[in-house]
Amino acid sequence: MTRPATTDDAPPPPTGPRALEAVLLPTLSAVVLIAIWQAAVVVTKTQIFPSPLAVVRGIAELSRKGVLGIYVRDSLFRVGAGYFLALLCGIPLGIALGWYSAAARAINPVIQFLRPISPLAWIPVAIVLFGVSNAAAIFLIFLASFFPIVVAAMNGVRNVPAMYLQAGRNFGLSTPALFSRVIFPAALPRVLTGLRVALGVAWIVVVAAEMIAVNSGLGYLVIDSRNAGKRYDLVVAAMLLIGVIGLALNTLVRQIERLRAVRWGFNAP
Amino acid sequence: MTGSASVKVRIQGLSKTFQTNGNEIRVLDNIDLDVREGELVCILGPSGCGKSTLLNIVGGFLPASSGDVAIDGAPVREPDPRRIFVFQERGVFPWLTVEGNIGFGINGLSPAEKTERIAHYVRLVGLQGFENAYPQELSGGMKQRVEVARALAVNPDVLYLDEPFGALDSITRLVMRSELLRIWEAEKKTILFVTHDIEESCQIADRVVVLSARPGSIRRIVDVDLPHPRDLSSPRYLALRDSILAEIGLAHRI
Repeated sequence: MTRPATTDDAPPPPTGPRALEAVLLPTLSAVVLIAIWQAAVVVTKTQIFPSPLAVVRGIAELSRKGVLGIYVRDSLFRVGAGYFLALLCGIPLGIALGWYSAAARAINPVIQFLRPISPLAWIPVAIVLFGVSNAAAIFLIFLASFFPIVVAAMNGVRNVPAMYLQAGRNFGLSTPALFSRVIFPAALPRVLTGLRVALGVAWIVVVAAEMIAVNSGLGYLVIDSRNAGKRYDLVVAAMLLIGVIGLALNTLVRQIERLRAVRWGFNAP
Repeated sequence: MTGSASVKVRIQGLSKTFQTNGNEIRVLDNIDLDVREGELVCILGPSGCGKSTLLNIVGGFLPASSGDVAIDGAPVREPDPRRIFVFQERGVFPWLTVEGNIGFGINGLSPAEKTERIAHYVRLVGLQGFENAYPQELSGGMKQRVEVARALAVNPDVLYLDEPFGALDSITRLVMRSELLRIWEAEKKTILFVTHDIEESCQIADRVVVLSARPGSIRRIVDVDLPHPRDLSSPRYLALRDSILAEIGLAHRI
């Protein structure tokens, strides 16, 4: 069975004593990390970098002021909107490029040329086009997630084994039926991998976009906390939230990859 | 062709040439073959002799360079659900369950009839209890059964089997051969079976068509006039096997 190339394959979910281990070990490393952090703050007697406790107080303060929920919501909304648009355009385009090799020859070079340009390089262009606004941030998220999605869908369709297509035709499927009943389900695991990668990139980019293009969100919180009085406790609090939400998003998409109709593409039997 | 049954598949003067890097490679040369209704014919030849190409042309997946293929007198131009091609077990759809695979090609039946037909073929290939399993949870032999059942469920007249048991271990392969014969006797399909395994061809076929190395042409057609179940140590079986070995030019001593 062909496996799509994934960068970080998770081991299969363990059971029994190993399930306990799977919870205990990461908890242990988190505790050690926090201890090192605390020790480093104490030993260096830093006045700038916050202790873990100060960060927790910072999160509580943000929550009390009511900005925490708003910032998280704004960041998630921008990612959601840009990502959804990218998905809406990227999947059909990718499937079409994977199927029609002439179209791929025409358009693929353009995609491969645009793809390595960091979405952050587009920030000035986004501001010119949309001003300092939600639309600018959403545009950047769209750019960031569009290319991984198109490329994954294209490769997914290209790599559908000829045998499946031949079997589909043999059973008398029309071309639309071949797409919906053979090509799409066969390409789906690769498409999902692309969606997961794109969501990760989108989350990275929203933080950067918010530092420049808008006045709310977790990225804005990072830069605003630093600029408005060097509140490094709030900077680190925002960083922690960004990490936790990124992890949650990744876990969410991984749940989709566990569905039985696509699991064949991710786990060896 | 004489005989009680009518001709199902007629191949006449069939040749195939591939173009690669400006070179012409002739893979099949002037094949003439009639397959009778309900007959099980093995096409036997060494690797690369064009036997799979022959099956793909007969199945309508590839055009012939010259010559004709006709089924029931009508020329073959494209794949047709009345004639199903069975690959090695890798042809099952991994995103569908056993039931989903077997029901894949069934059209025009009410849901109840469809469920009943799926259940019938699940039983026929002995996969009861695995209806909701996904292919990755099955062994190679079970996946091959799913593929055969998926083909039979659309009630085709002809089955094309392209080295169907080639990827299975030798014990499973023996089991699958007798399963195929049992199903063939129950369903009375015309079967074209491509293999490079001499023993396999002598064990299952009514006739063995021996192809030469590339370009593949028919060297000889051997009638295997042995009733099923076949005694694999009978002198007649051994004589037939040895004559094919000799035809292919292999000494049968290692």
